[in-house]
Amino acid sequence: MYTGSLRSLIDELGRLPGIGPKSAQRIAFYLLKVPDEDALRLSAAIEAVKEHTTLCERCYNVAEGGELCAYCGDERREAGIVCVVEDPRDIVAVERTRQFHGRYHVLQGALNPLEGIGPEQLRVAELLSRVKAEGIHEVILCTNPNLEGEATAMYVAQLLQPVGVRVTRIASGLPVGGDLEYADELTLGRALEGRRDVER
Amino acid sequence: MTLFKERGVVLRSYRLGEADRIVVFLTESHGKVRAVAKGVRRTTSKFGARLEPMSHVLMLLWAGRGDLDIVKQVEIVDHFPVLRGDLGRLTRGLSLIEVAEQMAQERHSDPRLYSMLVGALRVLDDTTRDPAMVAPSFFLKALVLDGAEPVLDGCASCGLSGDHVKLVAFSLPDGGALCSNCRRGRPLSAPALELMRRILGGTLGNVLSGPAPVGTEEVTLLTTEAVESHLERRLRSVRSATGI
Repeated sequence: MYTGSLRSLIDELGRLPGIGPKSAQRIAFYLLKVPDEDALRLSAAIEAVKEHTTLCERCYNVAEGGELCAYCGDERREAGIVCVVEDPRDIVAVERTRQFHGRYHVLQGALNPLEGIGPEQLRVAELLSRVKAEGIHEVILCTNPNLEGEATAMYVAQLLQPVGVRVTRIASGLPVGGDLEYADELTLGRALEGRRDVER
Repeated sequence: MTLFKERGVVLRSYRLGEADRIVVFLTESHGKVRAVAKGVRRTTSKFGARLEPMSHVLMLLWAGRGDLDIVKQVEIVDHFPVLRGDLGRLTRGLSLIEVAEQMAQERHSDPRLYSMLVGALRVLDDTTRDPAMVAPSFFLKALVLDGAEPVLDGCASCGLSGDHVKLVAFSLPDGGALCSNCRRGRPLSAPALELMRRILGGTLGNVLSGPAPVGTEEVTLLTTEAVESHLERRLRSVRSATGI
């Protein structure tokens, strides 16, 4: 059995998601072996992220060193279009497309009635006040295409209906480079539903 | 260790590792079954979309040595698109799922609960039917199935019955409807009592075919509380849906 600081390091690592007791032990021994400066760099990075990272006051994305995140603070981005996502990690996925130049709103989750997560646990009211206050003309609902994400999108769309803003939902369909014959009927059905005219 | 084919309804799923899910099914002949669906969170997954909660599926499962089976193939039997596209119907569907998950036992066949759940989801998916009475009817029928049928033809406490006995309250811990001398729990109106009698008396089809009858809201509240009292837990889907 381990004691003292090694035991406590293994315990703390074991609390991390996806890390079991064996993995925690392996990582702790790895950290013991690496040069001091490498281990201290990791500890400083954890300290820094906890000290300097906050939530953006406008969109609830992760922000560092200020009240606004990088996207809300960027004046070149289109302020009239807002992309609503569940999680800050979804912003990274959307940004990788280089197709969206508006702003974001992070709900910090999705409706999940089976887990007791209702609208009051999400940043929905904040979205509503943003739409009214910032003159937003389009809200893109970019929640996950699963049961929770779809329920959240329907709920937000219902709330925004009286406001008179344009509400759109990201399309669902086939992955680029995939084979049609292997597509499942639900995705293919959605792709057919969302078909568009071909420009000639 | 064998492969077996089974029909089931997806009750819920939990994330596992990078891209997998643990999926909980209510199956036709093995009761509640938990299985690992590998790689289904990836966009390239061939059957991830078929394993969303409330999907009625035909699947091929691999039974290993442990508690968890492995999902090998999945085909859709019913996807319930109407139910998924309407927030009101969706939240009602989720409350059925929650009750079914609480009542079903692992690896213990309960074909009546299974067929009741599939039937209720099909009614919720039918645009010609009013969805309001589906969940309360399911809750009442589920109570009967679990051996907790409420007494509705006389006082559950003193046993008095007949036309002269007026049943004015309802309390499941006391056994069902109660007369004015024994009243406890929630007040019970005559239309609500009649509606519950119709649900349990063999005319459920009629109750579900027309518009929401008088007493629907009251029966919804009474049956929700009754099923919560029987399960000894709050129904999260109903409580959070009231906010929706």
